[in-house]
Amino acid sequence: MALDEIKIGGLGASRRRVEDNRFIRGKGNYVDDIVLPGMLHMELLRSPVAHARIKSIDVSAAWEVPGVRLVLTGEMMAARNLAWMPTLSYDTQAVLATDKVRFQGQEVAAVIADDPYIAKDACQRIVVEYEQLPAIVNPLQAMAAGAEVIRDDKENQEGNKVFDWEIGDKSATDKAFADADVISKMECHYPRSHPSPMETCGSIADYNRATGKLTVYMTSQAPHIVRAAVAMVAELPEHMIRIVSPDLGGGFGNKVPIYPGYVVSILASILLECPVKWIEDKTGNLISTGFGRDVYLQGELALRKDGKILGMRMKTISDHGAFYADAQPSKFKIGLMHSTFAAYDIPAAHLFSTGYYTNKAPGGVAYRCSFRVTEAMFFQERMIHGAANDLGMDQAEFRRMNLVKDDMFPYRTAFGFLTDSGQYGKCLDIGMKAIGYDTFQAEKAEARKRGKLLGLGISTMTEPLGAGNSREYDILGIKMFDSAELRIHMSGKGILRTGAMNQGQGHQTTWAQIVAHELGIPAEDITVEEGDTDTAPFGMGTYASRSTPVAGAAVAMVARKVRAKARKIAAHLLEVSEEDIEWELGRFYVRSNKERGVTIQDCAMAAYSNLPDGMEPGLENNAYYDPPNLTWPFAAYFVKVEVDPETGVWDVLKVVAVDDCGVRINPMVVEGQIMGGLTEAYAMSSMQYQTYDEEGNCIGSNYMDYLLPTAWETPGFELYEVVTPCPHHPIGAKGVGECATVAGPAAFVNAVVDAVGHTGVRNIDMPMMPNRVYEALQTGKDISGMPPVKMGD
Amino acid sequence: MTSLYDEVAPTPAADVPTRRITLNVNGEDRTVDVEPRLLLAHLIRQGLKMTGTHTGCDTTNCGACTILFEGRPIKSCTMLAVQADGHNIETVEGMASASELHPIQEGFKEEHGLHCGFCTPGMMLAAKALLAENPDPTEDEIRWALSGNLCRCTGYQNIVKSVLWAAKKMRAESN
Ligand code: FES
Ligand code: FES
Repeated sequence: MALDEIKIGGLGASRRRVEDNRFIRGKGNYVDDIVLPGMLHMELLRSPVAHARIKSIDVSAAWEVPGVRLVLTGEMMAARNLAWMPTLSYDTQAVLATDKVRFQGQEVAAVIADDPYIAKDACQRIVVEYEQLPAIVNPLQAMAAGAEVIRDDKENQEGNKVFDWEIGDKSATDKAFADADVISKMECHYPRSHPSPMETCGSIADYNRATGKLTVYMTSQAPHIVRAAVAMVAELPEHMIRIVSPDLGGGFGNKVPIYPGYVVSILASILLECPVKWIEDKTGNLISTGFGRDVYLQGELALRKDGKILGMRMKTISDHGAFYADAQPSKFKIGLMHSTFAAYDIPAAHLFSTGYYTNKAPGGVAYRCSFRVTEAMFFQERMIHGAANDLGMDQAEFRRMNLVKDDMFPYRTAFGFLTDSGQYGKCLDIGMKAIGYDTFQAEKAEARKRGKLLGLGISTMTEPLGAGNSREYDILGIKMFDSAELRIHMSGKGILRTGAMNQGQGHQTTWAQIVAHELGIPAEDITVEEGDTDTAPFGMGTYASRSTPVAGAAVAMVARKVRAKARKIAAHLLEVSEEDIEWELGRFYVRSNKERGVTIQDCAMAAYSNLPDGMEPGLENNAYYDPPNLTWPFAAYFVKVEVDPETGVWDVLKVVAVDDCGVRINPMVVEGQIMGGLTEAYAMSSMQYQTYDEEGNCIGSNYMDYLLPTAWETPGFELYEVVTPCPHHPIGAKGVGECATVAGPAAFVNAVVDAVGHTGVRNIDMPMMPNRVYEALQTGKDISGMPPVKMGD
Repeated sequence: MTSLYDEVAPTPAADVPTRRITLNVNGEDRTVDVEPRLLLAHLIRQGLKMTGTHTGCDTTNCGACTILFEGRPIKSCTMLAVQADGHNIETVEGMASASELHPIQEGFKEEHGLHCGFCTPGMMLAAKALLAENPDPTEDEIRWALSGNLCRCTGYQNIVKSVLWAAKKMRAESN
């Protein structure tokens, strides 16, 4: 009899998580928990100013502190050719500053000592003389004629522009606009936000002179990329580098890039021949590591009177900070911004993007997002909201009219993506019913009598996940495939390793469920390991919701390879030919006699003890998965708010999330991801952002000013599910980790703008703090969070 | 010199003033020599080698370092180790017995109250203090009690459910 898949923890089981067993006992193993014998501690000295020439650095007083073992400066790094390192976007980044500091918080020197307190003490005794330069804190200043050139270290760098990049069909788009009855415009600033995982970054570098091997325990979402980069920067042979990511206390894209602290700790360990631990403090994390967003968005929709969208054009100006260190597929300069409007049937579109250097922290990471998709979808939904109002159409009906219909798949978007599946209309219907769309206007009128303003916001989108196929997606030339290795022991239990890297997603639990689904081996019999480059197969790591679409597919594929071999063994055991064998979950049987069968566990034992002549022993394999296309989950989010016109304070009355992320491996985990994402969406729309004063001081450098919502502010969520399997993924999954962060913010903003829309306000930039909402209500004008930036022609 | 954290270091370095303190940790007396400026969180993590207590900020905001101090939840990053002299503290390592998880621990697993697990020990201890005072809290009361603890992963809804789950089980057990 076939096994009950849910009982063995297969696909669709809300299996309780394996990793929880250690976390709830306080027995996680985060990098700061690791203690190696003879380990020293490193502290970084950071620049207090945003832009300055370094005139001198005096480290003598630091050396005098008892317990100090090494003081490193940029000059000493330079002597070893390590003062600069490559970024993931073909730029360079200073490891320790030599010539200038280019943002507040930049790494200037390092102290290695017996104890972290001593290292901190000594750091404070380093004297740096700065000659301050004007700070450039937004693209407007960066592009101004005669602006100070931030990157004077780069040959041929004139001005502060990083890139110009363009995609789409300009002439077809221009024509659409010429034919339009109505042109709807929108302008927004998506403020800088920091992923801010609870755990900061850190590393323990351990160089062993005797073996020549360097081991680095570190907070990386992509340990194999780090190994490749370290091999390049430190000029060590790749097989002599072992990168280990232990448990990560969250990542959200922040732990993809390679940071100066890692590199300095590695050099320190090589010089001192002992392990060196570096644990960043929270301020260091917030002011120097990968941020997300910080993009100025301007766009127009060409509309026909009846509501049909004929064309879309948009411009983006992005602020990349002092170094172009975006973590994204190399071919695309502004990530996958051109996935905007992928859910809508629009014949023509054009995007023009420009990036600038500023005196701010470098980054531009995929913060819980598939490479700038968050900005793309946010702006799309703000434009849609504005356009529906401009046409005097209902928000839901305007969307329904323009969304890609079920029978239009596969659908080629105006920017060239191929979306392949979805039931957009159905998701919309479910959400409208759940939020009470039909009765909302009556409710709104009722609230008005109480002096309150109600608003309802919708956000619908499909986003590209699972980068990506090797034709188009690489990082520094390395193709973005992923991998899995599966070894079944003789008892039928096994170990699975992948090239992904868990940071809370629950891979230990869910990968085993895919194996259970493919092989019928109970999930609890499969150990999952990731993060150690000496043992894990090469993979590009976990970010941009790529784990399930890419590594998860590799898990299914490797399990199928193992099953194919087990089938041959089964034929041998059953003494029939392979063609006469059928499979049901966990068991092969003879077609003509279902009673005669062997379990997968029988085959595993036979792989070690009773093989057909000439067969290679063992039951294991690996799989490298190059996805044929991206995956396209769909989400429809609905938010209802109540604004108090007296104060501008808004409360969330209800949040409805309808997610179609394809087949759900573990529904409990999927819902956990959605709720986490919705919370970040709420955070960004209401309070969480980083800004800079005119001197380049980061506002939002600690949790006193960088506001993250607590349990008290965070609203409750109502989740709904639609399943349209991905046609090309082996188990039909699409990925889900980021949908809510991507599409959520626009639902909150649309709701608040809807509540105050009667005043003529079309946009309030995030975060919609009460003062902004209040001002919008008072003035009837859009509230911009940005300095005026000229978008050019 | 020896590390500042060594439990009763045989010879404290001459130039580092230390004080000998005794505190009761999870029911066991521990005597340690500490520098007066040493934070309690660091004593717990490095000196006592109980790494379940995490530090997630520099400003007393995140609550990852929450422990129980005489039964009350406090942020151990904002107390000096010497202030704990003569006091009882409880960390996450003290929650489960050898054979049994605390109902709050079970609740967090059952209701998927954690993702990365970094905030979890602090959350569970804050919840423990709440349930000791209020065995039948409302959702709002739970949200308020946990509002000193940040979580970046879960969105809190399942944390609230975890605490409700635990409260129910604890009430059933005490009946
Ligand atoms: S470490 Fe953040 S509150 Fe103690
Ligand atoms: S589970 Fe990651 S911070 Fe709460």
